[in-house]
Amino acid sequence: MSDSLSATAVLDEAADGRQPSVNDLTIHVATVNGSGSQSSNNVLMRSIFQMGIPVSGKNMFPSNIAGLPTWFTIRANKDGWIARKKEVDLMVCMNAQTAREDVEALEPGALCIYDAPLNCKSIRNDLIFFEVPFAKLAGELTTDSRLRKLLTNMIYVGIIAEQIGIEREEIVNAITKQFKGKKKAIDPNVQAIDKGIEYAKANLPRQNRWRVERMNKTAGKIIIDGNAAAAIGAMFGGVTVVTWYPITPSSSLCESLIDYMKQHRIGPDGKATFAIVQAEDELAAVGMVLGAGWAGARSMTSTAGPGISLMSEFAGLGYFAEIPGVIWDIQRVGPSTGLPTRTAQGDVLQVWYLSHGDTQHITLFPSSVRECYDFGSEALDLAEMFQTPVFVLSDLDLGMNNWMSDPFPYPEKPIRRGKVLSKEQLDKLGGKWGRYDDVDGDGIPYRTLPGTDHAMASYFTRGSGHDAFARYSEKPEDYKATVDRLAKKIETARGVVPQPVIDRRAGARIGIIAYGTTDWPVEESRHQLRTESSVETSYLRLRALPMSEDVKRFVAGHERIYVVEQNRDGQMADLIRLEVANDQHKIRKVLHYTGLPCDARFITNAVLEMEASISAKEPLLLVRGGVQRKTTQAAPMRGPATREARGED
Amino acid sequence: MAESVLKTSNAEPPKENRVGLKAADYAGGKSTLCAGCGHDAISNQIIRAFYEMSVKPEKVVKFSGIGCSSKTPAYFLSRSHGFNSVHGRMPAVATGAMLANHNLIGIGVSGDGDTASIGLGQFMHMVRRNIPMVYIVENNGVYGLTKGQFSATADEGSKLKTGVLNDLPPMDLCALAVQLGCGFVARGFAGDPKQMVNILKAALAHDGLAVIDVISPCVTFNNHEGSTKGYQYSKEHDEILQQIGFVQSYEQIEVDYEPGEVREVTMHDGSRILLKKLEEDYDPSNAVQALERLYRAVDNGQMLTGMIYLRPEKKSFLSLLNMTDEPLATLPLEKTRPPKSALDQIMRELM
Repeated sequence: MSDSLSATAVLDEAADGRQPSVNDLTIHVATVNGSGSQSSNNVLMRSIFQMGIPVSGKNMFPSNIAGLPTWFTIRANKDGWIARKKEVDLMVCMNAQTAREDVEALEPGALCIYDAPLNCKSIRNDLIFFEVPFAKLAGELTTDSRLRKLLTNMIYVGIIAEQIGIEREEIVNAITKQFKGKKKAIDPNVQAIDKGIEYAKANLPRQNRWRVERMNKTAGKIIIDGNAAAAIGAMFGGVTVVTWYPITPSSSLCESLIDYMKQHRIGPDGKATFAIVQAEDELAAVGMVLGAGWAGARSMTSTAGPGISLMSEFAGLGYFAEIPGVIWDIQRVGPSTGLPTRTAQGDVLQVWYLSHGDTQHITLFPSSVRECYDFGSEALDLAEMFQTPVFVLSDLDLGMNNWMSDPFPYPEKPIRRGKVLSKEQLDKLGGKWGRYDDVDGDGIPYRTLPGTDHAMASYFTRGSGHDAFARYSEKPEDYKATVDRLAKKIETARGVVPQPVIDRRAGARIGIIAYGTTDWPVEESRHQLRTESSVETSYLRLRALPMSEDVKRFVAGHERIYVVEQNRDGQMADLIRLEVANDQHKIRKVLHYTGLPCDARFITNAVLEMEASISAKEPLLLVRGGVQRKTTQAAPMRGPATREARGED
Repeated sequence: MAESVLKTSNAEPPKENRVGLKAADYAGGKSTLCAGCGHDAISNQIIRAFYEMSVKPEKVVKFSGIGCSSKTPAYFLSRSHGFNSVHGRMPAVATGAMLANHNLIGIGVSGDGDTASIGLGQFMHMVRRNIPMVYIVENNGVYGLTKGQFSATADEGSKLKTGVLNDLPPMDLCALAVQLGCGFVARGFAGDPKQMVNILKAALAHDGLAVIDVISPCVTFNNHEGSTKGYQYSKEHDEILQQIGFVQSYEQIEVDYEPGEVREVTMHDGSRILLKKLEEDYDPSNAVQALERLYRAVDNGQMLTGMIYLRPEKKSFLSLLNMTDEPLATLPLEKTRPPKSALDQIMRELM
């Protein structure tokens, strides 16, 4: 197709009946990891952002340093729908390993820019192909082979810019930001951009199908990843002891924190108001967190699923011995040798019940970078207020990808440090107090910190073998009283943890429940259901466990509830079922678990499919799927026992 | 058996220490260990050392893992906070607490199962980090609380009560600590309380991790014919490296000794450790010599006790972190929450 076009031709958007699309496109870039494409992709994303257009960028990368395939998806959308979208409009093929697959997955009519030797145009004939001799162009810029590789990526940014109308000035601004104003790095990259623009102008037909135009929806906004946002939140939340063990996708949380703390938490005397320790493993990391929390520090660590497994024994000790500490779990696909660089929401049940005995842990679910920031400090407060380990379940998509957000507000409220008895208070009490004595009736006892200068301050900490005064006891009544009070404490937390965000629509017969990053495709899917299929939905976004009473009311108020989440078994749906004894039959599961973020179309299709089946003898109660459509669509599998469908959309 | 202690003073100890407390103020709860357990003898010397060193118990934190030894922090210093944590993970808990409040004086009690098997990794990393606290391993070669299985410090050829022979070589925790650069490595024997208390005092004066491996016989499961960590066997095989004396910084005590006979080491708090040579050429600041001597002891069937390695000048982890003087645990909000201008700056950089 492109072969026959002259250099100055304009592709006719009406040829296949499509309307030109302004500020609504998805760009998918396929490269080899270690080739330096991350900078180019960030520049591409940021320049669109700087033109005022809502945008998201998602990096899909292998567990590898160099040589394996990696993809980056940029979605620009004037209405602010920035969840992942599977349908690609503009493909950049730079990787021979995946070129065929990448091209075959495209929708007919998509635009494919490819590196000349890949000869993508021979693969199919229903796409628009633009061939670019990247090696030759880069060779004209430099003779340095390493630099040539990096600049090649910047050239495709220039080509895309020329093709869809990204302003050159914003690209230069984005490059300046990316390379922190270093002229030595900026100049060759800008030259590469110009090389791409010139080449596109002179050699490629102009297309009008996808355009970006300046708008005003991003003014004053920031771009940040969830891990950095969490780090900032923790820093302003007064964290003092941080321990960590490197694990993808959580490492950047503590690494960001180290950078920020060095800048903002070292006094004029050069002394630090914090301690950050890289531990020898996750057991040590969480052990240090609990030791520090016990001694009165606001302490935290961050990890991923395999680390959570290793923290299990300590989590139980923290729960029973009532010690504060915050554990961030940036969820990823399991297990250790699974897909460590792919996203999931698969740790819900593991974390909620983590450890031996009857344990339940306060767990928060941020859905946005703003909530990562908020929970960065909220989790520290809750841990100290409830004297228990608090978990924050983010995921790889939120933690490692770049998201737009309004700037974070400065915290207005002082931090909350919970029930700690001082020397003066002990004096007033005449030294009479019980470490595990529930004097307030809320299940939360008082504690003292080691080092408190009072002869009656001390107590001996051990798991559950104690009475209300921390004296050693194996008496049945003492043990039962301890665990019953712990249950009461978690009951108290039910109304104190971040409450759900509820959007109840008049007349909506169905409700959706989701949490974490699934929020983004859910909101878009609700829009699709409303505008395309006239299906109105209410929505409850869960933000914490223990579950708010609102969940029961929400379920009771709707005929059917679709719980959308990114795991195979519907872990949160099962927890909701436990909470809503009489309404269990209403719960349906929509499950996306491919390692890639859930998209709106999958949810929409699943909900419609299940809605269509309600009058059937065996209505669908579960849809599992999310795999990219291939040319031939597999029929949904229906298991009579589970009444489920494995949808491929 | 040679005398293990260098006499430094004839004076009767006063009834109250320098912070106005009596020995009884350092007592703990009643021990639930077997009568005659070596661990109780060690607890008694811990009480004595803290009392005689005039350490305020409110400033002390006690840590332990799991096992018979790890129960003992409940049996001394009731006026100190204590934490009986997780099997083999006491080092992490102690490290966290010491980070939270670097003014605390830490003492950890572990056992050979807790340290040499399940907790070996954490022990090694604690040594590597040089957390300033006392780390006691109450070493009896068996798992007591689970009724007498061999531990990793059991000697090759030693016999369980059931007649089972140990055919694996023992871990030498002192040698390991020396290799990992620990600045204070000593071995004591529960049956030699005088040596024990001087080692403990010296350890309290050390600004770094002090590892003390104490042979502490298990009277129930490893004190029979054929065991190599029982009282009788230990007494017969105790090879004392040097006579140990300890002089506190405020004491004006001159000890009479021939030139070259005593090695004197001044600790960071001004106190002095006096080591009277029993082995002519032993230099406790020489790691290679320390390891050589430890290996030779194994070859000769000796239980080597005394000050094995001493380098008080090593920097502790807490000093490397360069933390503010006030403990992190009690820093006020204005010190832990940067000003609004800091957040504004961060937000601007992200726009």
